[in-house]
Amino acid sequence: MARGHHDIGGSERDSGPIDRAEHELEDWEILADAVNQALGVVGVKRTDELRRAREEMDSELYRSLKYYERWIASMETILIEKKILTKEEIDRRMAAFDKKWGEP
Amino acid sequence: MGRAVSARFKPGDRVLVKMEDRPGHIRTPWYVRGKRGWIERVYGEFRNPETLAYGGDGLPKRPLYLVGFEQSQVWNKYEAAKDKLFIDIYEHWLEPA
Amino acid sequence: MSDTHDKSGEHGHEHPRHELGYYARRIYAIRDLLLEKKVLTQEDIQEQIDYQEQRSPANGARIVARAWVDPDFKARLIKDPKAACAELGIDATSLNEFVVLENTDKVRHMVVCTLCSCYPRPILGRPPDWYKSLNYRSRAVSDPRGVMREFGQSVGPDVEVRVHDSTADIRYLVLPIRPSGTEGLSERQLAKLVTRDSMIGVVDALPASAARA
Repeated sequence: MARGHHDIGGSERDSGPIDRAEHELEDWEILADAVNQALGVVGVKRTDELRRAREEMDSELYRSLKYYERWIASMETILIEKKILTKEEIDRRMAAFDKKWGEP
Repeated sequence: MGRAVSARFKPGDRVLVKMEDRPGHIRTPWYVRGKRGWIERVYGEFRNPETLAYGGDGLPKRPLYLVGFEQSQVWNKYEAAKDKLFIDIYEHWLEPA
Repeated sequence: MSDTHDKSGEHGHEHPRHELGYYARRIYAIRDLLLEKKVLTQEDIQEQIDYQEQRSPANGARIVARAWVDPDFKARLIKDPKAACAELGIDATSLNEFVVLENTDKVRHMVVCTLCSCYPRPILGRPPDWYKSLNYRSRAVSDPRGVMREFGQSVGPDVEVRVHDSTADIRYLVLPIRPSGTEGLSERQLAKLVTRDSMIGVVDALPASAARA
């Protein structure tokens, strides 16, 4: 039987102390939050779909990504699934950013 | 809130959460499957997230309940006897206990 | 928009562009493409940024403080939370269903979303980092008293702790107990005692002395 990597209520693996440090949101996180909400408002995606995309991603990736990184990954999955964007065009835009801003 | 004219359970009814494991988008947490509790409140009818998650319309709507559990029944080593846990669970995950 | 900084209206911490990581770059690429394809407009995005900026725990604190001073309001808040919010000019209409959980000397509530990060955002704004953490999501259900202890809150053995795992369209707000010695305080002073964490239920409201600080 398989338990989803998101379904962690009571899981032993996550039983450590809670990190209560808070960080001020960075621009890209606020943007990710807003694009996500706006896509819902215009009817392009449902929150349930994004949750499902996060549940289907690689388990170690799910655990290692920051919160809004997970959101971005799931938004990309759903936008590609719905044929609104292609991975190639996002990659091309990324390459242009790398050229303009320098590699991360 | 949608009206739950077809709700199968009423507050106070004893229920068992189905012990099911299947692929797909499921909002019934793993830790509560197979546990016994009671209907605390009937919330009404809501679209089904299990099909909404795949681009479906979520219809027919499903009755949603607030289900209560004794913490001592959910976890093996839970000490405070009176403590309780409440979870929102769709009707198709519940059966009479 | 400059080459090194984004000036498009987000008000968070600005990162020099060359330091942005993979996913941060990815969202700028996605945003640009969505605008070019007219899936979204800049106004659609800005509207959401502005909306979230207006949402903060201060809204919840106003609701709680009013409930503390006005028993009739409290009764309405518990019976029909969205209508009660509207009385205070707080728009809760985007919440599918909103439930207020009243703490008493005998019962304490605590809210979690073990499956993702469901949170009453239209009332309290975006959730804190710890609320979204794997350890909180795991332990809130199986060890709520331990979590409260970690947050500095002791709960007696005679008190019943009720954890709510929000797994569906219902959003929960805890109405903390009015602290003792606050009889002389104004509604505004009382609101200062109502912290975000007290409305999630991991701690009580601040003591009366904090209102004068």
